[in-house]
Amino acid sequence: MTGPSLMDSLFQRSIDDLIKALRLTPPGTETAFVAKAIDEIRREIKSTDPHTKAAALQKLTYLHSLHGLDMSWAAFHSVELSSSSAHSHKRTAYLSAALAFNPATTDVILLLTHQLRKDLSSPNVHDVSLALSTLSSICNTDLARDLTPELFTLLSSSKVTVRKKAIATVLRVFECYPDAVRVCFKRVVENLENSDLGILSAVVGLFCELTENEPRSYLPLAPEFYKILVDCKNNWVLIKVLKIFAKLAPLEPRLGKRVVEPICEIMKTMGAKSLVFECVRTILTSLSEHDSAVKLAVSKVREFLSEDDPNLKYLGLQALAIVAQKDILAVVENKDLVVKALSDSDLNIRLEALRLVMCMVSEDNVMEICRILISHALKSDPEFCNEILGFILLTCGRNYYEVVFDFDWYVLFLGEMARVPHCQKGDEIATQLIDIGMRVKDARSQLVNVARELVIDPALLGNPFMHAVLSAAAWVSGEYIKLSRNPFEIMEALLQPRTSLLNPSVRAIYIHSAFKVLMFCVHSYLKLNGEESLIPSTLIDSELVSDVEVDDHNMIVTNGQAPSASSVTHHLTQESLLALVNLVEINLGPLAGSNEVEVLERSTNVLGLIKLIKPMLLGSLNDGEGDQTKGELKAPETVKLIFDSYSEDLGPVSVNAQEKVPIPNGLVLKENLDDLEEICGDMKLPLLTSFSLVRSQFAEASNSAEWQGKEESELSTESTSLLAEHRKRHGLYYLSPGNRVTTSNDYPPAHDPNDKAIDEDEDLAKLTEKSLVTGKKPSQSKPRPMVVKFDDGEVTTVATNRTEVKAGLISGAVNEVLLGDEATTSSSSRRKPPKSRRGTGDSNVSITESKSDASKIDQSEHSKAGLGGSKHNGHGKERRRRNSGKDKEHDRKDEHKSESVAHGKHRSRHRADKAVEAQAPVIPDFLL
Amino acid sequence: MIHFVLLISRQGKVRLTKWYSPYSQKERTKVIRELSGMILTRAPKLCNFVEWRGYKVVYKRYASLYFCMCIDQDDNELEVLEIIHHFVEILDRYFGSVCELDLIFNFHKDSLVEAAKEQASSISNMIAQATK
Repeated sequence: MTGPSLMDSLFQRSIDDLIKALRLTPPGTETAFVAKAIDEIRREIKSTDPHTKAAALQKLTYLHSLHGLDMSWAAFHSVELSSSSAHSHKRTAYLSAALAFNPATTDVILLLTHQLRKDLSSPNVHDVSLALSTLSSICNTDLARDLTPELFTLLSSSKVTVRKKAIATVLRVFECYPDAVRVCFKRVVENLENSDLGILSAVVGLFCELTENEPRSYLPLAPEFYKILVDCKNNWVLIKVLKIFAKLAPLEPRLGKRVVEPICEIMKTMGAKSLVFECVRTILTSLSEHDSAVKLAVSKVREFLSEDDPNLKYLGLQALAIVAQKDILAVVENKDLVVKALSDSDLNIRLEALRLVMCMVSEDNVMEICRILISHALKSDPEFCNEILGFILLTCGRNYYEVVFDFDWYVLFLGEMARVPHCQKGDEIATQLIDIGMRVKDARSQLVNVARELVIDPALLGNPFMHAVLSAAAWVSGEYIKLSRNPFEIMEALLQPRTSLLNPSVRAIYIHSAFKVLMFCVHSYLKLNGEESLIPSTLIDSELVSDVEVDDHNMIVTNGQAPSASSVTHHLTQESLLALVNLVEINLGPLAGSNEVEVLERSTNVLGLIKLIKPMLLGSLNDGEGDQTKGELKAPETVKLIFDSYSEDLGPVSVNAQEKVPIPNGLVLKENLDDLEEICGDMKLPLLTSFSLVRSQFAEASNSAEWQGKEESELSTESTSLLAEHRKRHGLYYLSPGNRVTTSNDYPPAHDPNDKAIDEDEDLAKLTEKSLVTGKKPSQSKPRPMVVKFDDGEVTTVATNRTEVKAGLISGAVNEVLLGDEATTSSSSRRKPPKSRRGTGDSNVSITESKSDASKIDQSEHSKAGLGGSKHNGHGKERRRRNSGKDKEHDRKDEHKSESVAHGKHRSRHRADKAVEAQAPVIPDFLL
Repeated sequence: MIHFVLLISRQGKVRLTKWYSPYSQKERTKVIRELSGMILTRAPKLCNFVEWRGYKVVYKRYASLYFCMCIDQDDNELEVLEIIHHFVEILDRYFGSVCELDLIFNFHKDSLVEAAKEQASSISNMIAQATK
């Protein structure tokens, strides 16, 4: 590349040219243009002519800032240009440095140290400001350490602009280099009493940021802040002071008592909403034990909520959310406005309102609130509708359905939610349906009703968002079929043609539920038949018996819905059962050739069962006394076996259950599975891809022994088709079937009684039983259904204490500086016994005298403290200048004279305490 | 504190950025894209606050330009709105009835603007400073 020539600098494009040209480029060619411009800049920036260099750097900074181009390669040029004597060049250089340097990674920053030092001590105010603002942007530990002395000098600069910039810069320097606190802190504190508004606001802003991390260290400065709170008239400064007090007040109750009054005063008289809001927030977060103040604040919040301004409405809702944590009544008072905000046009406001509404939920109002919310959900846009549903599910499901008292209602409500048109919360609803089924025994009959409604409706099958809910409903119908009023109807619903719309995993659950229903029917029939053989009777009689028996067995819930329901209930006869079996056979027959392994497996199971029982049914229908074969004799026993295995209740499983399972020998859990990723990488199979495995022997299975075996093996192969395929191909990464306990079973079965052969599962079952005993005690008159839960169910993650090391260092240094101060104060007070004596002994002395005395002593004490401080530090400056402060001090004493008398005794005791433990931060006494 | 200030045109073009917390170039681009997507799509007459990644973004539209400031969760939103307004007033005073083009062509005077701001009101300057 040729060096920059005179021509280059003569015809260099200025930044204006660049911007103009960039605006004229046709869309799409912008990147090419920028690339060309960068080439130009790379050439120009090497120029020895500072003008050319500065212009190039300027252009580069522009492209970096607004077009996101990398300019780290030009860092050295910024440093180079910063030494230019022309202010405009210096400005360009520092601007580019401030925008582009990264304190952590840019290594040329150190080269800037010398130039910054030079500029910081320059007589030119503009140079100094420039250097200060650059320093604050790019400050790192080294810079902070090296430039602290210069900064210290600037903190007492006579020029206001410089001094306030220096104060602001100090924040970053403290953060990077906590030792700077020891040097600079005194001077910073001195500025708290500066009369210039700019400087004052800078200092207050600085302390506002500092108190954020470790407020306790700044407690000794409370009197100064208090003075600003009372005297200052600037809203922005007041807001910052309020923020400081919000942090300090919780640490020192006496402080809260003092500040609450002026804050309320500001709140009452101020017109500026920002300040009023800050007062409200301060009171609600930090002074919530002052009832009258809280009341006032809440009334202000109400004003905000009633305004048309969406900003105020939003903030009002947020303020209420703060109150909600402590005093829910305040929220309930404003319920009308909150509910109104639910239909606001702004999503953010609606969300805030929704959060608040959910805060209000309790056992008493949960039904009412849910009703209101669901009506809102029905008429709002899909996004918000799902937010509402999500919040309802979260709130009601929290802590094992803590707020739900009437589970029948809640289960119905879940069904209702599932039917909300935009509902996309199917998964969560499904989880809760099953969870309630397992945990709350009393809710099951209603649950079965709800599930029936869902399963029966053919319209729902077309909606993919419903599939999760439907699978839960199908599972519930199958699992609790004995509570159903009409198993035949359920069976028809489970086999309806539109189930082909379901995805395979859900369909498998449908088929498995059908299996359970079928078995239940056959078993009930056999039970009847057994009785029939005991009691010789006619066919008609047996039908009567069956009616009664079935009714008994079904435990029909006579909830007054329809007394005729029992007549609608099926008549369990050979004919009806045979019809049922045929129906199942016809519907599931084609599925035996399904491509989906799960569907195939389940349907083969059912078909196998049918093969087993059909001859028996046919036999008894055709007057089978003579036809009885050996196989038939076996059939009832098998059915009973299978039925028994399914009739045991499934319980919830503890989160920690897996930990209780001993790790089988030879299983390395922490083995590096990186190469597994490699294998998985090449087979991102969607779940639906075909995996055809036609196991004809299953279809041919006719004798019961094989059936039994299949029934058992079926459980071990519960896995999605993908997993099955994966397992087949990469068998070595899976446990052998004997060890399968540690592999998590799919979907509903938490633990299956059929696995009883394995010890670990027995443990789980025991665990479940145990947990049944430890239920929640009903606290109200009407017994709440028991909800099964585990003591160790919730894994509490201990939040790691993330106190920043740096912050700790700052506050450590601050403590050192301030407490050094306070130690002298308290020692001086110890050397002044008259004060405490006056407080205790002369309580009947005329008030005026005591007042003036106290204030005098106070002053002398303060000046002493100041002297001590200055000696300690050797700055030759008094810590406080009392000449202007004296009068105000006096006034304040006047106000609180009675207090000081009343608390005299207490104070002296307190002081003695403090003398003992000088470590604790001390607040000067006039705060009392 | 203020984490960054963005000026975005209605078409989504960035007019001015100022970062007071460290963000890498990649993150910056991502932040701008995310936020302009969020803010530009909001209808008028909605509230001026958006929650974003645990922060709050206060924005206000002046003519065709959106002024956005990202602040902490417990900062005072109304105060920031006032600051934005103040900033616009200062721009106005400096350029004499400011328009978007002024900002486009005077990018490099960024610091001048700040200096102007400083003279006009120490407070807003201090806030910008304090957050550096």
